[in-house]
Amino acid sequence: MDVPTVTVGSGVRPSARSRAVFAFLAAALLVSWTAGVLAQRRDYPNRPPGDPAAVERGKALYGVNCQFCHGADTRGGDSGPSLLRSGIVLDDQHGELIAPVVRAGRQGMPKFTLTDDQVSDIAAFVHTFRAAGYDESRVKPPSIVVGDAKAGETFFSTKCASCHSAAGDLQGIAGKITDPRLLQQTWLLPGSGGGRGGPPPVQVKPTTVTVTLASGEKIEGKLDRIDDFVVGLTTADGTHRSFNTNGDTPKVEIHDPLQPHKDLLRVYSDSDIHNVTAYLVTLK
Amino acid sequence: MKKDRLRYVWPAFVICASVALVAQRGGGLNPADLLKPLADSWPSYSGDYTGRRYSALTQVNQSNVKSLSLVFAAKVTGGPGPGGGGRGGPNPDGPQTFTGGEGDGSVTVGGATQVKGAVLSVNGILYVTSPDNVWALDAHDGKEIWHYFWKTKGGTHIGNRGVAMWGNYLYFVTPDDYFVSLDARTGKERWHKEAAPFSQQYFMTSAPMTVGNHIIVGTGNDLDSPGYLMSFDPETGEQQWRFYTVPMNPGDPGLETWKSLDAARHGGGHPWLPGVYDPESHLYIFGTGNPTPAYMSAPRGEGLENLFTCAIVAVNVDTGKMEWYYQTSPHDTHDWDSAQTPVLVDGDFRGSGPRKMVVTASRNGYYFTLDRRTGEHMVTSTFSDTVNWAKPTLNAKGQPVRNPAKDNHIAGALVSAANGGSTNWPPPAYSPDTGLLYVPTSETYAMYYLTETDPRGAMGLGGKDEIGVGTMGSFISAIDYKTGKTMWKHKFRSMGNPRGAPGLLTTAGKLLFGGDVSGNFIAFDPANGKPLWHSQIGQVTNAPETYMVDGRQHILVAAGDTLYSFALYQ
Repeated sequence: MDVPTVTVGSGVRPSARSRAVFAFLAAALLVSWTAGVLAQRRDYPNRPPGDPAAVERGKALYGVNCQFCHGADTRGGDSGPSLLRSGIVLDDQHGELIAPVVRAGRQGMPKFTLTDDQVSDIAAFVHTFRAAGYDESRVKPPSIVVGDAKAGETFFSTKCASCHSAAGDLQGIAGKITDPRLLQQTWLLPGSGGGRGGPPPVQVKPTTVTVTLASGEKIEGKLDRIDDFVVGLTTADGTHRSFNTNGDTPKVEIHDPLQPHKDLLRVYSDSDIHNVTAYLVTLK
Repeated sequence: MKKDRLRYVWPAFVICASVALVAQRGGGLNPADLLKPLADSWPSYSGDYTGRRYSALTQVNQSNVKSLSLVFAAKVTGGPGPGGGGRGGPNPDGPQTFTGGEGDGSVTVGGATQVKGAVLSVNGILYVTSPDNVWALDAHDGKEIWHYFWKTKGGTHIGNRGVAMWGNYLYFVTPDDYFVSLDARTGKERWHKEAAPFSQQYFMTSAPMTVGNHIIVGTGNDLDSPGYLMSFDPETGEQQWRFYTVPMNPGDPGLETWKSLDAARHGGGHPWLPGVYDPESHLYIFGTGNPTPAYMSAPRGEGLENLFTCAIVAVNVDTGKMEWYYQTSPHDTHDWDSAQTPVLVDGDFRGSGPRKMVVTASRNGYYFTLDRRTGEHMVTSTFSDTVNWAKPTLNAKGQPVRNPAKDNHIAGALVSAANGGSTNWPPPAYSPDTGLLYVPTSETYAMYYLTETDPRGAMGLGGKDEIGVGTMGSFISAIDYKTGKTMWKHKFRSMGNPRGAPGLLTTAGKLLFGGDVSGNFIAFDPANGKPLWHSQIGQVTNAPETYMVDGRQHILVAAGDTLYSFALYQ
């Protein structure tokens, strides 16, 4: 729902919504993302572990009576809803809210003749499943490589080859970046990272800036910061310089080595992206 | 609707009159003051019921804004410890901290205090919040008067948008789902009530709204629980009505727009920001959040609209019954809420004479003008140059049409905007002087990867990874309500920051106040977006406000744990 307005990596709990990882911020965001997951665990505490014997009995009863409709993992099936997100199950402690539903039945659900102890055991089993939107154990996507390598090579030769080549800077790139998703993210915007931690696999040349003063003097260097009022840079000899700006005075020219990549974001179709990735994964 | 109006005038008058007597004695807030145009005080989330954040104050204006200087910087420190205010940090001899809450004290909330909501300014006192904390500060110099701390059971501590006030009483909500009332004079708790079940992973961030004898507030939740708006009695805290934003029972309107009743009952749609109020029609108008599971289409019913999520909804303030709705994102698949506080606009519309309208710039990148009495659609436009998730043409109702190719996919889909959206909760401002709605906007791209391959889908916000690939910039966009056209767009020079700018304030002094994404607090010319004054105070975290105390107009803004107040140098 929300996004934090605080600076990323500031230690304030970011929601998982802030998990977007942007160029140059990958490392800082890794820290904040990790903090977010930890915070999530703490926000809604896990239930205390149930009595193992009760859980075992409950598992057997669930398997016989409930599993066909609600699924072995309680996440529902074709004929029964997910119990994991059910308000009754979430509010229930030891079967006291589940029991009336089980005994009376519901629309589409038959009545079950089960004792309080049996329902309590079933509840103990059902409560072993953690209800959470972010379940890291489920994040195991299949391969993202679905494109046509040949078409990708063609696209590469028309849009990318003026700066890059398979025999030059990209030689063996797929051997260096073995996760295809990280490779895809990296060629789309070098330095953006793969969203799963670790530093970006490619070091991007710094953005530089040229400030032309009223006197005509030009000061050039690595861009340290810029906003509407101040531009800061480090010159070749390591000196920090900064200048007030007012509109277009003094003249500020930014040289962003990633600009061609950013411009292409408006150009790609998703097929182009998938095809280029399919091509690049062949450059072992 | 109209024939009911008289019925409500007398009760509302009696209530206002009785609270007015209390207010005179104790210096509290008369709910009738909430009907006045925004000027000396700031008595509710948006200042007044219109959501315009347009102040009539003119002491600070275009001709003298360059003379703004700092009056105070007041730091607030959340938690159980003693307060103190000012720059010196906690002071053991300082003002008292009162503690309440149902938690056992074992849950500590890490991170710095962040003020991310409205500050009420009433009778020379400021009421400030962060999650689990409320402070009263002296409006002259920011000195702390009292502090209230709520011991939490947990819940998502993402932000708190402020208190509501009624007479001498304050109301706020907590991340562990309580509705709490304090005595504004002392900071002592009057009572607290459970507002939502914590076991279902609800959390509450919104600022309650006072309308007559109703205190209205909505839920938040990132699992799959249903959203609702509820009204409380200001004296007793008893619930007056509850409006679910999704169908909950067989026969409920909108049920046909869900795969099943079970899907609807887990459909989300949380109204997690305050709404606005039209006193003539007694309509409380608010936005609803995303459907859940957020990124999964099939469990909700492929191609179905999923009412009343991602919509602007109008309910009768006395009954909670829906009068109309307009969905701004049918079947959202990107967690782009339409919960943003809408704005009431009165004005001419394309030669059809004066109209009563409600406008909103939605997180999905689209802007809407609607008739606020009927919900009739008037204008749709997009205020983002990059947004690409919808098909090229709107449908017959003026709604954007989702392109399923831009959902989450295993191989990744390149989508603008990134999850934060083209705009978000930071409130826009509207100036009747220019006829422009000012909106903090950003243009971003991300790859959206589906990670959940079980056809039953994930829960809540699960089932995807979304990884940014670039930001084209952060902006303030000025939108003409008559055409939806962006009349000017100020691009901040700041680079590489995916965040949008904070919220906005505009004044009859022909000024527009806001922040950039690099820590500057800025006064702009609302005619063209040209910066006129600024101060580097650190990242602004709420929307600026203005109030008058002892003849001096203050411009108040929060940056993290510190409130900064500016006024003309004297």
